Amino acid sequence: MAEKKLKVPEDFTWRDMEVGNIITEPGNASLRKTGDWRSMRPVLDKEKCIKCGLCWLYCPDGAVKLLDDGYYEPDLFYCKGCGICARACKKGAITMIEEGEK
Amino acid sequence: MNKRVGLEASHAVAEAVRMADVDLIAAYPITPQTHIPERLAEIVANGELDAAYIPVESEHSAMSACLGSAAVGARTFTTTAGQGLELMHEVVYVASSMRYPIVMVVCNRALSAPLSVWGDHSDVMAVRDVGWIQVFCENNQEAFDLTLWAFRVAEDPRVLFPVMVHIDGFTLSHVTEPLWLPEQEEVDKFLPEFKYPFALDTDKPMTHGAFGIPDIYSEAKKAQEVAFLNSKEIIRQSWREFADVFGRSYAPVESYKADGAKTLLLTMGSFSETAKIVIDEMQAKGESVGLVRLRLWRPFPYEELRQAVKGAETLVVFDRAVSSGMGGPVCSEVKAALFSEAVKPKVAGVVGGLGGRDMSVKDFERVINRGKEIAKSGSGEIIETVGIRG
Repeated sequence: MAEKKLKVPEDFTWRDMEVGNIITEPGNASLRKTGDWRSMRPVLDKEKCIKCGLCWLYCPDGAVKLLDDGYYEPDLFYCKGCGICARACKKGAITMIEEGEK
Repeated sequence: MNKRVGLEASHAVAEAVRMADVDLIAAYPITPQTHIPERLAEIVANGELDAAYIPVESEHSAMSACLGSAAVGARTFTTTAGQGLELMHEVVYVASSMRYPIVMVVCNRALSAPLSVWGDHSDVMAVRDVGWIQVFCENNQEAFDLTLWAFRVAEDPRVLFPVMVHIDGFTLSHVTEPLWLPEQEEVDKFLPEFKYPFALDTDKPMTHGAFGIPDIYSEAKKAQEVAFLNSKEIIRQSWREFADVFGRSYAPVESYKADGAKTLLLTMGSFSETAKIVIDEMQAKGESVGLVRLRLWRPFPYEELRQAVKGAETLVVFDRAVSSGMGGPVCSEVKAALFSEAVKPKVAGVVGGLGGRDMSVKDFERVINRGKEIAKSGSGEIIETVGIRG
């Protein structure tokens, strides 16, 4: 998968702003990386996970994705590390660890 | 044919809104509101105007409803005054930054405390920096004309900024005067159908009101400011076109008997008409005085002001508000506008007419004479006032 990227290019000037700062390309917010704010990272233990989807349901940012094998996994490109998924998980399958830890 | 009628300024504004065929009116109907939304409610209820009328629960909601209305491309009107404008404040900024061409008539009133619903310019001065085009009216005819004109300039695709039309609380809003009403055909000729180029549309999705991260906020503000300053040319142009259709002309700065006058008085709003009388009387006594009135308050008419006061020795600026700890706000802006000029009049500021206090012809004579004294001696209090006991 190509790397998702939304950067403000150097040559994008005030003259390039749309009237009223309107965004004419729908849905491009998904290109913005919000995961770099995170200080705590969710780690999934597939041994404990029963694929119930509670983490997916509770995530306030829609940052939990459904994998082909039926597991749910935090999308670290967006995940801000709030820990709600870990709290919601009935099986204790999600652990929050400090960013930088292995 | 045009017809001459007697109307309260509030009803004149309502009539202009009707003739402009507005699509949506959102207004909070309780004090400090005026007869404008009251009359508009009647007009809509009587079927004389096919518009949505939303009696919202606060002024904050009024402006919020206006944002949504303008976003879908509806011609949008609201009105408020005094404290109501303050409660609306947060959303007023949003309207200009999102470039929604809303028209709002503000009936200028004092701010509490002490509790006051009477007229002055305190409410206006609190919205100086909000990025709306702002004009002042002196009489009921102007209230009608400039309300109508406001839609034209706001909706011009080269402008797309909201417009605030200021009419003085009570001295205009509640006073009946004769004025000329145009024919509907003339209004239609001057005011084309509103076509907002960025109207929300499910077939062409776009985002209004997105986040402005630090990477983009400064560019957004610069783009807004440049567009706002550029609107001045369209303002002038639309006033020329207004004159072509209706025969009455307006300009960013207007002078009265000011040619060659050594001393100029500067006013804004309805008190300018009283000031004209004092100019007549003092000139009859052989004094070299004239009057300059600021019609366009934002964007500030730097060039026109410099031109209007050229050659005068003294400029006395009359303020109906206090910028607490700093003096009269109009005076300080006028001083800033003239600062870079090599040759300029001495500027003196006098504050008066607060919270509904009347300013008589005699009072204006005192303003001019006191201003001349301050300018001559180079001294004076930080806040010079007129008509205050003690």
